[in-house]
Amino acid sequence: MKSEPEQKSKRSKDKKRVFGAGIARGLRVTMKGLLGRAITTSYPEHKLVVSKRFRGNEFVWYPARCTGCSTCAKSCPHGNIEVVTRRGNNAYEVEKFEIDTGRCMFCGLCVESCPYDALCLGRGYELAKYRRGDLVLEKEAMQESEKRKPSGYFRPKIEKTLPAQTLLIERAGRKSRKKKESVP
Amino acid sequence: MEATETRTEPFVINLGPHHPSTHGVFRMRVTFDGEVVVDVEPMFGYLHRGIEKLAEGRTYTQIIPLTDRLDYLASMTNNWGYVMAVEKLAGVPVPERAEYLRVIVGEMMRISSHLLATGFLINELGAFFTPLMYMYREREKILDLFDMLCGQRLTYNYMRVGGVSHDPPPEFWPAVKRFVREMPGYIDEYEGLVTTNEIVLARTKDVGVLSKELAINASASGPFLRATGVDWDLRRDDTYSIYDRFKFDIPVGTNGDVFDRYMCRIQEMRQCCRIIEQALQQIPRGEFRARLPHLVRPPAGEVYGHIEAPRGELGFYLVSDNSIAPYRFHVRPSTMINLTTLRDLTIGWKLADLIVIFGSIDVVLGEIDR
Repeated sequence: MKSEPEQKSKRSKDKKRVFGAGIARGLRVTMKGLLGRAITTSYPEHKLVVSKRFRGNEFVWYPARCTGCSTCAKSCPHGNIEVVTRRGNNAYEVEKFEIDTGRCMFCGLCVESCPYDALCLGRGYELAKYRRGDLVLEKEAMQESEKRKPSGYFRPKIEKTLPAQTLLIERAGRKSRKKKESVP
Repeated sequence: MEATETRTEPFVINLGPHHPSTHGVFRMRVTFDGEVVVDVEPMFGYLHRGIEKLAEGRTYTQIIPLTDRLDYLASMTNNWGYVMAVEKLAGVPVPERAEYLRVIVGEMMRISSHLLATGFLINELGAFFTPLMYMYREREKILDLFDMLCGQRLTYNYMRVGGVSHDPPPEFWPAVKRFVREMPGYIDEYEGLVTTNEIVLARTKDVGVLSKELAINASASGPFLRATGVDWDLRRDDTYSIYDRFKFDIPVGTNGDVFDRYMCRIQEMRQCCRIIEQALQQIPRGEFRARLPHLVRPPAGEVYGHIEAPRGELGFYLVSDNSIAPYRFHVRPSTMINLTTLRDLTIGWKLADLIVIFGSIDVVLGEIDR
């Protein structure tokens, strides 16, 4: 335990320069920030384009491709996916396909494991609900529509069609000479 | 006039668990004599989710998203440490390109994590959140790149046993090159803001000094250890992955005080940029993920894999019984072991210094409580 005078004498050793020069240097940085362009956006009015591989909190499910094999349900770490099938003629019919997004952590392992590309993650991120039960997505609710678009996570074909992501580094980076960058 | 004796008694304050300066839900039961700290009793467990137990019921791949939730400010390195332990256990070879991608994202994660550590240092010195926004700006750029890579900004789930989940899209490379080119300029900016600021110097120099002996005895690691002058970095001293192919220095402090920890982090960020630059030049084309069966089934045995995470040594101890899930899954958290020195560091200091010293350990409660 140090006594107070000891501390003070040790601290005062470092003060060799003019007091305030460091603060002035810091203020120069803040002035630069003041004069520069704003890098934020006002969110509900202006939205940024999400990544092509965005793991959004909605799923897109294609009933025509799904065979009810339940690989997605097996790969889910929490067991949120429930698949019930019925023996139809020559193939299984999917009777029930439910994902409990309230317990989902959007790791994407179900989408990664799907052998028929029948399940995709979505691009939405504003899905607050009033009831927990509304978070359970059912068969009809999960099909592709105008509002519900699949994301390119583990779906390279879809990824190619999506718009480019807004990057902060392009909006707020330093001005630099444009060079052709090689892709390793 | 006769001086009357004032009766004093120690005063106990519960700092946290919902205090803004406790980095999550950490509670300190502090006994004060006036304003001076007499005793500190750390209490944690408020964020306990039982990840170690949960992992025993999940397959080796399903554990990867759980490791994201340990140190949630450095998820990539958590993924890396875990998959490295599994690869060691199962004897899976990793393709060259995957190793380079891991180094690139791992070092970017280190920059992002250190940015927050330095940012919150100023926050705790009393400059409430405005200067932190400078650090958040650069962190945001890194998160953008990770988002492009794997679709999420905090819980990446990017690494897989035997490689990484995705190859980066073509637009990733110019962005990351630009980031590495610009980053040293921004680090100069932070140094202008913090390093020379007299108020910061007065509050951090010789505050919370950790001695070399105590640091080694407490088995501290990371920048927290290196600030005391111990030259120990797993990237060089127990080389894993492909770190032996890069040239980089390991910044070491002298005094072991709060300022040295800050300087170690700042200099480490510069070294990270160097490593990324070299990795970008060397990265080969080819496979990014080894071909493996859907379920990894390592032979019976045990393994301890450790990496140099941004906050110190992060280890994973796995016991396999030749099934698809580990028999035992244990994490050696870097910050929890660094935190054991808290009592020795803070006793004798004032309340305001206690906050700064605690912040300089740079804890993440997700990793401490698990």
